[in-house]
Amino acid sequence: MDDLFSTSIIVATLAAGIRFAAPFLLAALGETLGQRSGVLNLGVEGVMLIGAFTAYYATLQTGQIGTGIAAALAAGLVMGGLYAFITLVMQAEQGISGIGIYLFGLGFTDLLFQKLVGTPLPIQGLPSAPIPFLSDIPILGEVFFNHTVLVYVAFLLVPVVWFVINKTTFGLNIRAVGETPEAADTLGISVNRTRLVTILISNALAALAGAAIALEAGIFQQNITAGQGFIAVALVYFGAWKAVGVMSGALLFGVVSAVVLQLKTVGIVTGAASSLLAMAPALLTIVVLVTVSRRARAPSALSQPFSRAA
Amino acid sequence: MKHIYRLAALTTAVALGATACSSGSDDEETPEASSSAAAVGADAEPLKVAVVAPSASNDLAFTQSMIDSLNAIGEERELDVDVTDGVFVVEDAAAAIRGYAEDGYDLVLAHGSQYGSSVQEIAAEFPDVAFAWGTAADTFDLPNVSSYTVRSDEGGYAFGVMAAALSESGTLGVIGPVEVGDAKLYVDGFVAGASAQDPSIATNVTYTDSFSDVKLAGEAATAHLSNGADVLTGSAQMVVGATGVAVEAGVPWFGTQSDQTSLGPDIVVASQVYDWTPFLGELFDSIEGGDLGGEVYTATLENGGLSIAYNDGFDLPADVKELGDTAIAGLTDGSVTTGIE
Repeated sequence: MDDLFSTSIIVATLAAGIRFAAPFLLAALGETLGQRSGVLNLGVEGVMLIGAFTAYYATLQTGQIGTGIAAALAAGLVMGGLYAFITLVMQAEQGISGIGIYLFGLGFTDLLFQKLVGTPLPIQGLPSAPIPFLSDIPILGEVFFNHTVLVYVAFLLVPVVWFVINKTTFGLNIRAVGETPEAADTLGISVNRTRLVTILISNALAALAGAAIALEAGIFQQNITAGQGFIAVALVYFGAWKAVGVMSGALLFGVVSAVVLQLKTVGIVTGAASSLLAMAPALLTIVVLVTVSRRARAPSALSQPFSRAA
Repeated sequence: MKHIYRLAALTTAVALGATACSSGSDDEETPEASSSAAAVGADAEPLKVAVVAPSASNDLAFTQSMIDSLNAIGEERELDVDVTDGVFVVEDAAAAIRGYAEDGYDLVLAHGSQYGSSVQEIAAEFPDVAFAWGTAADTFDLPNVSSYTVRSDEGGYAFGVMAAALSESGTLGVIGPVEVGDAKLYVDGFVAGASAQDPSIATNVTYTDSFSDVKLAGEAATAHLSNGADVLTGSAQMVVGATGVAVEAGVPWFGTQSDQTSLGPDIVVASQVYDWTPFLGELFDSIEGGDLGGEVYTATLENGGLSIAYNDGFDLPADVKELGDTAIAGLTDGSVTTGIE
């Protein structure tokens, strides 16, 4: 009985780890595409907040979760257009511009929420969609195949992003403009057009990550993303700008978060120790970042604006 | 962000008129006496009250508890109320507090424990303006500062008693933000009440260390369920993530700070509601009497600062409700204590 009990706890913890990992993964995969093309976007957190609010509000108004997801994607594309204008057309400094986007998203969604909603109204959250047959497998089924649609989408995007970067002409262009934009330009690759596309995709995925958080919780709150967008940016470095690496980082972060939460819940750690343990995922990230960054190399043209005259 | 509304107390004027009528009954000219008294009542300067609060006026939590109380009291006495809400940044709040003091408000309510140092500094510069802040128990020894706090452990205790009686698994789950203030008091009270009802009960408490991380609160609730908890509760604004999980699992939920029935009409058993009306009534009376503060007010079940709102939509077994009502009555008359300092 004890064994069965602890098995069920382990299964629940691992499943929670995968749920935790999904928003990180969505946002970090998008950021990976952007950074491989030489665009740093520290505004992921702000775009996630905008995606979260848009998905929540559209679902609240229409009762359709699909509409909420579509609205979040559209909001992400709008934010992508804004960021492309700031960084590609105006050639603004990318680090500071991203912080600006974050602050805008934080303040704007809070304002909209207070003015349009105010009192938190719950919406029907995204339901679990167990995969037929696979979800019936003991243990593995509950851990891997009994999640919401957006969790599956996040993990299915890993091979897609890997394929796009490594096996397509577009991926080749992305890598070229991220490493040697001048050389790519002389070969007739439009640097800024390539970057525009990656910016649009990465912002749409960041908004989708925010939507996943709000739709899973069935609610919106001020600062609902609670810093997850910044962790997603760190996970790109953690994963050495590779889709599989990013996924490993997201899973590690998610599972450690879930284990910490479970340890607190069953009362194994309490009080100050529990607060210290809450920092474990962040500390782990720093440790791995330090070790990884010694081996991996960032795209050469990361955060450098491109203009032909330069 | 600024709502200005004037609450004209016609009833006060009429009541004053009626009093004048009866007291001057041996006089012949009662009609004039009545009308002049009414005129005095209407002309008397209404108390000018300003509120500075960290979240939205309709947040279904801490800020709303104060706004609702002001509205309720405004129906009984003439008030001129001005609200600046959503001021999470302390520096912005300090500017608003100072602005109201300069504008000659009679009372500035700094409705957030993070505003303490601002109140301490500004109140010393404006000795003729009354200030009140909370939740806190410190008036800084200033004669024009009042503070207000809440014994949220009382409702927590009564809910713990009911939760333990409702539970079939013998495990309860609690989700808290950071281990401080009224959230900690509520959680401690809940744990004490549950143990008092059933010494063998397991009450697991998770502090998420965040007031805003809704997803983490939701996952904490899920973790409690996977550990066998079959009744949940929690405090602070991020619990909306946890109530969503409780709704989906059909698990009973106890709420606090304001009436949370709307978050789960089928699963919310009861909510502990903060009611600042008694405090505001006392404070307004003392300000009008020339005494600007210096007192610490504590909201309790006994003084009406706390009340328990049952959700009629939840089918609470009569014996469990009786246990809860007995605990509430005992806490109110002092025969039951939570054992928490």
